[in-house]
Amino acid sequence: MPESLTRAVRWSASLRWDGAVGALLIVLLLLSFSTVDGFGNALNLSFLIGNTLPIALIALPMTLLVVSGEIDLSVASTAGLSGAVMGALWNQGMTIEAIIPICLLLGVVCGLINGLLVTRLGLPSLAVTIGTLAAYRGIAQIVLGSDAVTDFPTQYLDFAAGRVGDTFVPQAFLPFLVLLAIAVVALHATPFGRSLFAIGANEEAARFAGIRVKRQKLILFTVTGLMASLTGIFWALHYASARYDNATGLELSVVAAVLLGGIDFDGGKGTLGGAIAGVFLLGALQNVMSLQDVSAQSQIVVTGVLLVLSVLGPRVARQIAVARAGRRAASAPTSSLSSPS
Amino acid sequence: MTHPSEAGPAPVLSLKDVSKSFGAVRALRDVSLELFPGEVHALAGENGAGKSTLIKTLAGVHRPDTGQVLLDGEPVLFHGPGDARDAGIAVIYQEPTLFPDLSIAENIFMGRRPRRALGRIDHKATHDATLALMQRLGVELDPDRPARGLSIADQQIVEIAKALSFDARVLIMDEPTAALTGSEVARLFGVVRTLREQGAAVLFISHRLEEIFRICRRVTTLRDGAWIASEPIEGMTEDDLVRRMVGRDLDELYPKQDVKPGEVALSVRRLTREGVFTDVSFDVRRGEIVGLAGLVGAGRTEVARAVFGIDRWDAGEVTVDGRTLTNGAPSTAMAAGLALVPEDRRAQGLVMDMSIERNIGLTGLRTTVKAGLVDRGAERSRSLDWAVKLQVKYARIADTVNTLSGGNQQKVVLAKWLATGPRVLIVDEPTRGIDVGTKAEVHRLLSQLAADGVAVLMISSDLPEILGMADRVLVMHEGRLAAEIPRSEATEETVMAAATGRAAA
Repeated sequence: MPESLTRAVRWSASLRWDGAVGALLIVLLLLSFSTVDGFGNALNLSFLIGNTLPIALIALPMTLLVVSGEIDLSVASTAGLSGAVMGALWNQGMTIEAIIPICLLLGVVCGLINGLLVTRLGLPSLAVTIGTLAAYRGIAQIVLGSDAVTDFPTQYLDFAAGRVGDTFVPQAFLPFLVLLAIAVVALHATPFGRSLFAIGANEEAARFAGIRVKRQKLILFTVTGLMASLTGIFWALHYASARYDNATGLELSVVAAVLLGGIDFDGGKGTLGGAIAGVFLLGALQNVMSLQDVSAQSQIVVTGVLLVLSVLGPRVARQIAVARAGRRAASAPTSSLSSPS
Repeated sequence: MTHPSEAGPAPVLSLKDVSKSFGAVRALRDVSLELFPGEVHALAGENGAGKSTLIKTLAGVHRPDTGQVLLDGEPVLFHGPGDARDAGIAVIYQEPTLFPDLSIAENIFMGRRPRRALGRIDHKATHDATLALMQRLGVELDPDRPARGLSIADQQIVEIAKALSFDARVLIMDEPTAALTGSEVARLFGVVRTLREQGAAVLFISHRLEEIFRICRRVTTLRDGAWIASEPIEGMTEDDLVRRMVGRDLDELYPKQDVKPGEVALSVRRLTREGVFTDVSFDVRRGEIVGLAGLVGAGRTEVARAVFGIDRWDAGEVTVDGRTLTNGAPSTAMAAGLALVPEDRRAQGLVMDMSIERNIGLTGLRTTVKAGLVDRGAERSRSLDWAVKLQVKYARIADTVNTLSGGNQQKVVLAKWLATGPRVLIVDEPTRGIDVGTKAEVHRLLSQLAADGVAVLMISSDLPEILGMADRVLVMHEGRLAAEIPRSEATEETVMAAATGRAAA
């Protein structure tokens, strides 16, 4: 009986975490509007959203991956590689309309390699994608060297950096909303997405229920590669600069944001809404820090601390809730001797 | 409430009018129990009757809200399991937790190994002390052997030896036989008798009633947290005991209906998985319940896994209603009408953190779909429908399955698979660790399914269950089918003879 109580409490604790992140985002925005100079104007808000979009784009497939119990740390390198290839091919004189599909295909290949290593060889994704993180970035440097390619066609640069009319909404935000809607439906309403929760919570039971675990994971890694390369293309156009080291360290922000949004690192729990709230909470924090002249290095420290807190937070909340429930039930503390009843 | 107390020795450990509540749930209500030295005492009751809470109270994990724990007649207050252990009370669980990389001797003397000068560990003394314990138990186990790879039966022996090394006078054995084979149970009972003769008090819990009658002298029955009776076993029948536990007469434990078998539904031909099982061929017809018996490790579960597609086979063929199944593909097996209720419901059958609704829904994600999306209404009604049909006891369908008792969890696994409308149902240990009332329900259900034309293959280590339910018994021995025995000739002797390789195929 105390176990059932514990579980119920844990469930409500995770709900609270989701909501808490959303509430925190709203509080941060309100505070920033009233106290941070230059935060509220349309230009800054469009910067905030535009700079957060790369994190948000990759967070979509990353959320699904983490729910299924896997992770991809090579996403930033895939983005960098795809930007570098884009720059190199542009230098060769190819048209941008031909280059973009090639870069997307390259992302698919990068993701497929991760997926095959994880599903066919049964390697842990954490190790595999740390390896490809280094490898893809290395290839990017070989492809482009230390060049920076900046002379992409203006209509593309304008789209990636421009705003909708006089509003603060970047043009690229609208296609993102479409992708977000697709991801929400895919994770929470399709058989594919729903079975990811089972895979993440108990992979063996998922297999015994006829779910094609390896195939689903392979698809996820491939889509993640595709989204990472799309992000790489967006990055190069948004900042009008294709360099081999574009988006370096972005995987840290993505993982931090997703975990901050309440996606359980052990898999099986979380919502896309929470993940996106986490993304924009992180994005807003970074924006405010920039406005306050906090150095880029210090911002990385903050991101790192947030990552640790976001793993720690839900667990501490759970422990507190359990302890409280324990007192309520007037039961003795749990012990290692408790029997598997 | 008076308890028949014996003349002669005083109880070594007793509970007096103990109550314990968790929130609104009253797990124990005024329960009393007396354990005498030199007696094996059974604790009987259905899942959720309060057995676990009682054990934990004796073991110092829980403190009673009211009432007393008495040691040698003196009230004691245990502040934790350590206190109970120091008082000579040890609990042997169904699945012991040893350190796999340490030797048996190191496991037993963990943290308190004999020392020599300068604090060096005395390996020889550790070894000899362990050997002495093993001899006292009459068991041959090498003290220097690592715990990794020991059978569950051997691990329990190590736990018992560990308890003895603490001078335990009271041993509480929580379903120790659930995962043991017949000969392992016999050896364990030998050890229990030895302990009894040495004056220990043993509290024995088992869902297998025949074991209670084999080894115990008295039995205390709990129902819904309340004490029902403490009485001598002698003169009782199994029906008497079941009536105490369930509170009513149980119609029948093995309600097998006679069904005329139809055409072949599942056909397995020369199936081989190298090093695991070899050349296995059999048919299961519609309306039949075929029992698959054998010792643990004979390859029964492995055959079922391969047939369903969890593991790949190296040679052979499986057909369901004439459709050939793809090697290693559970989804195509499901599409062909095959269902597998796996042996380990917590690890394989259920996602414990997921709701009852979603667990049952897992097998229907492909079918309860509207325009490519999961039809939540259809999913809920499908889950509710089957949860009600199987009489799962739950508060809300959205509760996670780990809030349910073992028997109800097993019903959820059955519901999950019956909801797929299977033509062939494979059940692996369908009633392991569930109480006798639920067991009878599961048997009635399997019998009804067969009567409705489902072909049932039932793997079980519970021989009475195989004999009581199966139309035919297939027996495996060391990876091969050793015998096929029709119901009329199936007895404990014929099945065990084939399972141990003593009979001609």
